[in-house]
Amino acid sequence: MADNNIVGIEYNRVTNTTSTDFPGHSSNEDQSWDIEKIKNSLEVKISKLDERESNFDLVHIDTSIANALRRIMISEVPSVAAETIYVFNNTSVIQDEVLAHRIGLIPLKADPDLLTWVDTAQDEKSKYTDENTIVLTLDVTCTHNPNAPKGSTNPKELYRNSHVYAKDLKFEPQGKQVELFKGNPVTAADPNILIAKLRPGQEISLRAHCILGVGSDHAKFSPVATASYRLMPVIDIKQPISGEQAKRFQRCFPPGVVDIDSKGEAYVKDARRDTVSREVLRHEEFDGKVKLGRKRDHFIFNIESTGGMPPEEIFIKSIRLLKSKADYLRNCPIGQ
Amino acid sequence: MGNKRKASHIASDGVSTDEAFQPLLKEVYKGKKLTDKINTAEDKWNLLPAFLKVKGLVKQHLDSFNYFVDTDLKKIIKANELVLSDVDPEFYLKYLDIRVGCKSSTSTAKGLSKEVNLVPHDCRLRDLTYSAPIYVDVEYTRGRKIIVHRDLEIGRMPIMLRSNKCLLDGIDDKKMAKYDECPLDPGGYFIVNGTEKVILVQEQLSKNRIIVEADEKKGIVQASVTSSTHERKSKTYVITKNDKIYLKHNSISEDVPIVIILKAAGITSDLEILQLVCGNDPNYQDLFAINFEEAAKLEIFTQQQALHYVGKRVKTIRRAGAPKLSQLQEGIEAIATTIIAHITVSDLQFREKALYIAMMTRRVLMTMENPKMVDDRDYVGNKRLELAGQLMSLLFEDLFKKFNSDFKANIDKILKKPSRASEFDALLSINIHSNNITMGMNRAISTGNWSLKRFKMERAGVTHVLSRLSYISALGMMTRISSQFEKSRKVSGPRALQPSQFGMLCTSDTPEGEACGLVKNLALMTHITTDDEEEPIKRLCFILGCEDILEVDSASLHAKGNYGIYLNGTLIGTTRFPAKFVGDFRNLRRTGKISAFISIYTNSHQSAVHIATDGGRICRPLIIVDKNNVSKVKAKHLLKLQRDEWAFDDFLKHGLVEYLDVNEENDSLIAIYERDLSDSTKSNITHLEVEPFTVLGAVAGLIPYPHHNQSPRNTYQCAMGKQAIGAIGYNQFRRIDTLLYLMVYPQQPMVKTKTIELIDYDKLPAGQNATVAVMSYSGYDIEDALVLNKASVDRGFGRCQVLRKNTITLKRYPNHTKDILSGMRVDENNEPIPPHSSLGPDGLGEVGMKLENGQVYVNKCVPTNAGETVLNGPGANEQPAESHRETPAYYKGPEPSYVDQVMMSVSDNDQALIKVLLRQTRRPELGDKFSSRHGQKGVCGIIVQQEDLPFNDDGISPDIIMNPHGFPSRMTVGKMIELISGKAGVLNGTLEYGTCFGGSDLQDMSEILVQNGFNYSGKDMLYSGITGECLQAYIFFGPIYYQKLKHMVLDKMHARARGPRAVLTRQPTEGRSRDGGLRLGEMERDCVIAYGASQLLLERLMLSSDAFEVDVCNKCGLMGHNNWCTSCNSSEHVIKMTIPYAAKLLFQELISMNIAPRLRLGDVF
Repeated sequence: MADNNIVGIEYNRVTNTTSTDFPGHSSNEDQSWDIEKIKNSLEVKISKLDERESNFDLVHIDTSIANALRRIMISEVPSVAAETIYVFNNTSVIQDEVLAHRIGLIPLKADPDLLTWVDTAQDEKSKYTDENTIVLTLDVTCTHNPNAPKGSTNPKELYRNSHVYAKDLKFEPQGKQVELFKGNPVTAADPNILIAKLRPGQEISLRAHCILGVGSDHAKFSPVATASYRLMPVIDIKQPISGEQAKRFQRCFPPGVVDIDSKGEAYVKDARRDTVSREVLRHEEFDGKVKLGRKRDHFIFNIESTGGMPPEEIFIKSIRLLKSKADYLRNCPIGQ
Repeated sequence: MGNKRKASHIASDGVSTDEAFQPLLKEVYKGKKLTDKINTAEDKWNLLPAFLKVKGLVKQHLDSFNYFVDTDLKKIIKANELVLSDVDPEFYLKYLDIRVGCKSSTSTAKGLSKEVNLVPHDCRLRDLTYSAPIYVDVEYTRGRKIIVHRDLEIGRMPIMLRSNKCLLDGIDDKKMAKYDECPLDPGGYFIVNGTEKVILVQEQLSKNRIIVEADEKKGIVQASVTSSTHERKSKTYVITKNDKIYLKHNSISEDVPIVIILKAAGITSDLEILQLVCGNDPNYQDLFAINFEEAAKLEIFTQQQALHYVGKRVKTIRRAGAPKLSQLQEGIEAIATTIIAHITVSDLQFREKALYIAMMTRRVLMTMENPKMVDDRDYVGNKRLELAGQLMSLLFEDLFKKFNSDFKANIDKILKKPSRASEFDALLSINIHSNNITMGMNRAISTGNWSLKRFKMERAGVTHVLSRLSYISALGMMTRISSQFEKSRKVSGPRALQPSQFGMLCTSDTPEGEACGLVKNLALMTHITTDDEEEPIKRLCFILGCEDILEVDSASLHAKGNYGIYLNGTLIGTTRFPAKFVGDFRNLRRTGKISAFISIYTNSHQSAVHIATDGGRICRPLIIVDKNNVSKVKAKHLLKLQRDEWAFDDFLKHGLVEYLDVNEENDSLIAIYERDLSDSTKSNITHLEVEPFTVLGAVAGLIPYPHHNQSPRNTYQCAMGKQAIGAIGYNQFRRIDTLLYLMVYPQQPMVKTKTIELIDYDKLPAGQNATVAVMSYSGYDIEDALVLNKASVDRGFGRCQVLRKNTITLKRYPNHTKDILSGMRVDENNEPIPPHSSLGPDGLGEVGMKLENGQVYVNKCVPTNAGETVLNGPGANEQPAESHRETPAYYKGPEPSYVDQVMMSVSDNDQALIKVLLRQTRRPELGDKFSSRHGQKGVCGIIVQQEDLPFNDDGISPDIIMNPHGFPSRMTVGKMIELISGKAGVLNGTLEYGTCFGGSDLQDMSEILVQNGFNYSGKDMLYSGITGECLQAYIFFGPIYYQKLKHMVLDKMHARARGPRAVLTRQPTEGRSRDGGLRLGEMERDCVIAYGASQLLLERLMLSSDAFEVDVCNKCGLMGHNNWCTSCNSSEHVIKMTIPYAAKLLFQELISMNIAPRLRLGDVF
């Protein structure tokens, strides 16, 4: 079991990459499906969880599931982003399309569960309602700052509103949204994203309609900056390495991965911190003394949220989506 | 290396990053701290930015134009200063002075006031010419009085941008911004009728120099010299024919034996001829002796006989009215003025000319004896570059002469009249022609046709429209050199890379195809000389111990150890101590006593010291190395440079650096690196290279690690770098160009070169740093196709804008009617009708509005009665009833555009000029072309969802996947090193360098990768995005700078089912712009025939093309109509049949030429 479940990291190739048809089982054991077995063996270890980023281990799960979750998080978990921009006036140097594109890419802190999907079949006028659309407005005019310090060349001091930021987008609740979004008004997740720069006399006045969408339609709807995983590194010291060589061995890994014990022998302290740079394989002296690998069923997930929703929510939603997909497949007439 | 790298960092974002001078404020400037130790070996390259600061990349154009305006114009005026009348001998008009752009009062006092019509950018927008008035001071007679008139305007001169007559000269960036001008724009071009025109540098064989060539097959040796003076151009040959030497000239009907010519030129003694030509060398004497025979046979012994002989054979083209000359006079005239015309003869002193001919003869003899003594035409030292100033000067002199002769004809006409009411003032008639000079200059520059009456020269294609595709293309155009050689000829010589090009002309930048090797580019650190005065140098030579050639005894001229001293190819004296002479001369130059651009070198084969002061030589600065093999530039000097106490010119002044032209370079030993100086085997090193990467030009300088690439790849990149979409200038949004491509988010490259910083490509970049995975993916990446990441594209990768200009003029007609704009039309609901929905009430497209196919952006109306004349009937003053017809400008295109700018102005002739700029923003799509900086282009083959793409441990997925098959045959190792350096830079937070023959070391870069937990080779373990499993191979993964090229699918896609047909042949039209058909050509037709698909053939070639039903009379075989044969006058045998309209047309055309094609019809089956 042990060896079979390790992806081999060799000098110039990766071996044993594919899993068996019966995930989590090796050839000489019982391969029957057992939900209880999976339930018992599945491990989740959360090592970091904050508003923007989460890092956790998912152990004893098949690649296909882990990858499906990753894929769903990137492209299928819905989130809110500006889709249509109505420009009333834009005298800045930035062109309307570019401005619209920039606004579209700003991650919004808006609960996607409060919105319904927009029916794209309907025509422009009746498409957007208070149920499916959030309206943001941006109205800025740049003026001279009469109190600007003398001799200043800093445009922020010389002018007012010389820099237009994401925080300048104002939420305009429509209809019942006044109630719905009372506690958590829609704002940009990162208030200091620069949208445009203005000079006195220039003005931007526009209205953005933000709707629900998925990352596969446009990257702006992706709720994650990135969601990915890596496999748990395995460093297997086959022969004892000691003395000066141990120090050199230690240097082949990022700090904290390999330590030297009291006997002067190198031992693996924390393989999880290894970046698998394969530096050790370059040096002939360690030939045969060490074997690198990665655990095939140990996924170290890293989810970076764009700020629209917390990473745990994204992950849970991805599981929900995966489940509904499975349900759909199960109920699919072709499958029966 | 290590600590330097740590010290440098990219400026953190914030307020100050948008300032252009930001790098200057950083503690680290161009990779170097101010407090860092100076290492001469490494830091001498700082001379290069110092050089470029003074010279700039287009300095050659500016220098040349400045020289023309300030010096050459005055010379031209001097040469043509008097206008006399044939009628009134008392009358004269004399030009005293000439100035461009300033009046006499202002020129002396302030010296800086410039008088130009408008700000350059206004000229571009309003289709005007950026010019300044030409003022002359004249002195002339009015009656008895002599009058001096100052500041008489005789025309307007187009002004080269950033020349010293230009408004932009010497102003700061702020002022530039005020004038809507980009401070990084190099200048050096003209604005004529709103278009930017460049006069390309022209490469020519040097004038007034002897070139010896040999045709070994025919056994001919010839020495030729092209004499060029202000008056005329002519070519004189000294050639061998059956081992005898003759002089050949176009105006002499047959070849003249050389001895006769020498006798005619005053060397009558055979002994002296032998001495002058052969010296004491018995070999030469034997070879030459045969020539005396011919003269003796012809019984020509004296100068007079010889002159008679020559005079008899002169082709005379005399102007009418000129007195007829005797044979003797003709002979004297020929020797004095036509043969070797650049040597002037005064008082019939032919000796100098005789010596020149003797020298030519000697060169021929030398080559006859030793065929290796020929000259190389392609040697860069034998070339001269003709710049804008020289060409303008030729043109101006021609126009000025025309101006004067017109003026003369005019006053003659008036003076001829016997009685005049008032006193005649010549100035009144001078202004009549003032337009000639202005128009002549404008026309020549805008059409590029240089026609000079004096030289009967007709040159087309001298000027080109400055390409504003990208900053690099504009820059590349300014350094371009075009050759006079014919492109169609299949000779390899002129196209080959010459060793003497080193450091002067870029070794990589040349186009592919027919102009390959003929169009070249200047290297980074070159200077092209302007003319220097010859006379002072000649005097200097005599002071330095040169014996005047007129004083030298013929017998000792060619004595051993006697070196001739040649000034611009003409023998002026001899010396017995050439080394000392050259040394002294160089010392004077190094101390700044004479111009730094005068070159002197010894040619020991010819026992000659050549001094060149002429313009058009390419030269470059080199560090002087003293006799002890120590570089003269020391750390203390570089420190002064760094502290801005010294400029480049100080290095020149102090004799640390000097300019060498190609010939003088050939006479020196140049070390490339400072370490070569300590090489004991080379003790006679004279110079040290400033920086080896200056062998490349500005365009090739963009390539990182070019020394690791296969050489053609660098050449390909030079061509492609000019097509890359990027930023064009700081004023790019103010410009209204016919076609402008801009990138939305350009980035400076992660891997820069020093050249990139020097030419400010980092400020106006054209490309983006893409994360590239070199792997195979999806199969849609064959043949160099690229796989793009959809998320990257969504986020703005490769996004670009296309701006297109549309010009509409509102004309005025002779009958006082004019075009007008009418507002939008509305439907019953008071909404504008769909085609007019983007119009404003004024009938112009509103800025920011979307234009779909078929929508109107300018609703122009033409008067219906525009053709009618004014004087129509009795009521001539009556305004004709205004009725107008709409002739709107429609938007045509598969994708909508937006109105970006609308400009209204008035053109020269009072017509309203409307320019509408339409904008499209495009995201990359399938088929758009991309390229890295290594000549590796590819089209986008597929755009893949981000989740399907491979990712690494950090979750990074590539922007671009490139197929590894692109590498083995292309051998672009530089691209791989760029990737590793770029990756190291990203991880380290630095910008790395890939400078040619230098740059960040690969070993160091790999070290950084390892330090940051990556594999040293740049190959990462990736996970498949589709299966989620690890890929079995490690993938080469990192950032590479990618350029988006201007070729986009949207501009090329074309299909047609049916559509317009040509009027004449009724066949489908050709070309995308006319919605043409796709031709089934001859070869395709052959395939169909071979396959036997006759019905398909019939359908393709006739039915789908130009099928036409004709009535054919089977009796007479001619075509009739309406079931009637007109020639048989019957309908009996008329048969209807279908033939191609083109065939019918052919028959009719044949009939019109009295050939009767008769059709005989019969059944096939």
